[in-house]
Amino acid sequence: MNMMTNKEVGFADLLKNGQTLKQFRDGILERTKTSGHYNGLEKLELRDSDPIGYEKLFSKLRGGLVHARETAKKIAASPIVEQEGELCFTLYNAVGDCVLTSTGIIIHVGTMGAAIKYMIENNWEGNPGINPGDMFTNNDCSIGNVHPCDIATIVPIFWEGRLIGWVGGVTHVIDTGAVTPGSMSTGQTQRFGDGYMITCRKTGINDEPLRDWLHESQRSVRTPKYWILDEKTRIAGCHMIRELVEDVIRADGIEAYEKFAYEVIEEGRRGLMNRIKAMTLPGKYRKVSFVDVPFKHEDVQVSNAFAKLDSIMHSPCEMTIKADGKWRLDFEGASRWGWHTFNAHQVAFTSGIWVMMCQTLVPTQRINDGAYFATEFHLPKGTWCNPDDRRTGHAYAWHFLVSGWSALWRGLSQSYFSRGYLEEVNAGNANTSNWLQGGGINQDGEIHAVNSFEASSCGTGACAVKDGLNHAAAIWNPEGDMGDIEIWEMAEPLLYMGRNVKANSGGYGKYRGGCGFETLRMVWNAQDWTMFFMGNGFMNSDWGMMGGYPAATGYRFEAHKTGLERRIANGESLPLGGDIDPAAPTYEHNIDATARIKRDKQCMTTEDCYDNHDLYLNYLRGGPGFGDPFDREPKAIEKDLNEKFLLPEFAKKVYGAVFTQDAKGVFSVDAAATQTRRAELRKERLARAVPVREWMKEERERIINKHASQAVQHMFATSFALSEKFTKQFKDFWSLPDDWQLLETELGVPSYGSKHRMDLSLMPGVTTVVQVEE
Amino acid sequence: MTYTNEQVSHLVEGTLDWDTTFRMLSMPKDNERFGQYLAALQSKVSFKDRIVLPLSPHMYIVQSAKTKQWVIKCDCGHEFCDYTDNWKMHALIHVRDTEEAMAEIYPKLMAPDTNWQVYREYFCPTCGVMHDVEAPTPWYPVIHDFEPDIEAFYKDWVGLPVPERAA
Repeated sequence: MNMMTNKEVGFADLLKNGQTLKQFRDGILERTKTSGHYNGLEKLELRDSDPIGYEKLFSKLRGGLVHARETAKKIAASPIVEQEGELCFTLYNAVGDCVLTSTGIIIHVGTMGAAIKYMIENNWEGNPGINPGDMFTNNDCSIGNVHPCDIATIVPIFWEGRLIGWVGGVTHVIDTGAVTPGSMSTGQTQRFGDGYMITCRKTGINDEPLRDWLHESQRSVRTPKYWILDEKTRIAGCHMIRELVEDVIRADGIEAYEKFAYEVIEEGRRGLMNRIKAMTLPGKYRKVSFVDVPFKHEDVQVSNAFAKLDSIMHSPCEMTIKADGKWRLDFEGASRWGWHTFNAHQVAFTSGIWVMMCQTLVPTQRINDGAYFATEFHLPKGTWCNPDDRRTGHAYAWHFLVSGWSALWRGLSQSYFSRGYLEEVNAGNANTSNWLQGGGINQDGEIHAVNSFEASSCGTGACAVKDGLNHAAAIWNPEGDMGDIEIWEMAEPLLYMGRNVKANSGGYGKYRGGCGFETLRMVWNAQDWTMFFMGNGFMNSDWGMMGGYPAATGYRFEAHKTGLERRIANGESLPLGGDIDPAAPTYEHNIDATARIKRDKQCMTTEDCYDNHDLYLNYLRGGPGFGDPFDREPKAIEKDLNEKFLLPEFAKKVYGAVFTQDAKGVFSVDAAATQTRRAELRKERLARAVPVREWMKEERERIINKHASQAVQHMFATSFALSEKFTKQFKDFWSLPDDWQLLETELGVPSYGSKHRMDLSLMPGVTTVVQVEE
Repeated sequence: MTYTNEQVSHLVEGTLDWDTTFRMLSMPKDNERFGQYLAALQSKVSFKDRIVLPLSPHMYIVQSAKTKQWVIKCDCGHEFCDYTDNWKMHALIHVRDTEEAMAEIYPKLMAPDTNWQVYREYFCPTCGVMHDVEAPTPWYPVIHDFEPDIEAFYKDWVGLPVPERAA
């Protein structure tokens, strides 16, 4: 007879205080709301009574988190984890609020917390149960993950039978079993093509992964060897940190540990406010950013006709820094989510923002959820950053997160500039692309996927006292590293034909943005191979600052039927090095004249077929510039010319430089002649410019007549549909007639999703966790 | 940690040594900086109006020496508008909205497509310095991108008397 048991249902009393986890969390939220202090902690008893003991606790835990990350990553075989450092470990208190986090991809300070909160709100303690030795796995983007390739292992921490916290570890895996290979594939238009999706699933008991999980998960992705070693990395790190917490409690006592686990969050909240007051300036800052989603092109093959349109993602941000040091980030007017993989969950935003802020406003070790509690987020429901439909795809949420946050750099940097902290100014961040991805049978004869992380070393934005760094960093990984060529050639069947600084890729200015770089790859020893491009091409996602220009946009170069196999055998010339001037390309002169070449601005494509000896240019973008280019020091221009960071034509046109080149090719800029030439050019500027209000009359006519591309009109139509406020501001600015309107239905493109949407919260038995003002 | 007036002047000029710049980046911020910064900038400008808040390398909110009104001013002396107004509305503009105009500043294939994005270059009507470059879509309103709360900043954040302001 099958006897039922109530062992796994009912009240688990994990906290041994008679409360469910939800009741306990509700109490913390209520005390935070009514007091303005995290968990009502107006006084920090432990810190104030024993400041040295408090700091020792901090150091032991933080040091242990970093140590666990550094040790565990050696288990991984994936260059993404082992070389690029795309992993992070985070310690949470019992309700899933972050206590401390390791170095690495700090974006996950809150994503695993969101998963813990989802388990709490949906009574995981009743079913499937939460016990010592359990492991839970999550990568579900509809409850807070950034994108499906960030796989999180979450382990509860018990002390004497009582749940006292959680530890989470996340790695960025190479492949998620999506419709196309690569961890951030494109082409799918919905969650259902985004790959293997795991919702806080119990995947281990008694510290051992469950067998069904091991069998199912490994066959659900293309790269099982990397997958399982990534999982071992996460488990090892989590268990190291669980042991660390046990050691700390044995040494310092459970009372001190638990006080610390809540006080440090309140300290983090106060810390952010103090940093804001110490570095910025109160007021309102309005910035905006965009990025292109060019899906109409024939090289973007999607499975849905309703996704075949060009669109633009729009992120207006009003940042209000209040006199008390709190701040509010308001994205009213943002465009609607779309049928692509660039949507972001609200937690990807509220959590992810700290990976950027730790590089500017809070460059400390004390990153935790305190910063979240000191910030008001307004992310309107239905926008790209807070979708209201459970079908949305998220595989490359970064396409727009990196773009949306470039506006925040400019807002903060305005405050640094006005206050005199010029050394902190950063004009923005590069659009961290191209993403070289693809797959097939690799050089070892195995099913494989590739996802080059060279994008972790793009150019940085210019500062107010110096140029941006060349090929140095990515906003999403503060320890960006482009990786060694030799390692990439082991991981990918793609030989390097060149790796060069990309000329003119950094935005011009008194101080220029850092240059990106480009690598030319040749397919070698692969079978049934595919690759695709993903990045910005028709638009910049960054702007320059205070007279500086944005970075250059992307473009693509690929070549098929190159004849390189024969050319190599015969010792003929080969395409090598950089594509230094795309107007005078050299690659084409060193491959067969009959080669099939694609050289254009379509930087978003889906899987295309590549034979051995085909070519692919991976161009990583530069950063934006600062200040009027006519203020650039002649010596700096000279240096750029001689290092081939700047093409001579643009030294003349953009910088007004007057220079000569000697017989050895060395450039010399004439400072006096340059000064004279710049005075002439300033007059030319005035001669061709018009008063803003005159230009506005012409632009208003274009709006009245609806003269703009479909993509531009579509962007405005989706923003108007979601925000009366934005619509009113737009119409007021342009003095448009009351009856002027712009609807998606008049654009002649598919408008699926414009009227009929269904949020995850409407599914039976699901309680979603809302952490922002919607 | 504090810095000398000379060091702050070098910072403004972009000639500060890297060791000091790095110290500025890595150490807690010096609250005195704002006063030193204003003094360094004031010594560079030719007008007598008092700088209240720097906005960009060539633009300031100043207190008019004659009227005590706060206005936005270029360092060449050109006055744009009241400090609460959007200075861009009083500037000259050149819009790069054609492929040819973009080709003047970027190599082939490396500029935005002007069907998607345009550049709006804002110049001082007197001296022709470029104060800002916007890179929006066509139709986008001119952005009023900064409204500082100067009184709270002076009084509560840096502990300085708020300069007199005539209505």
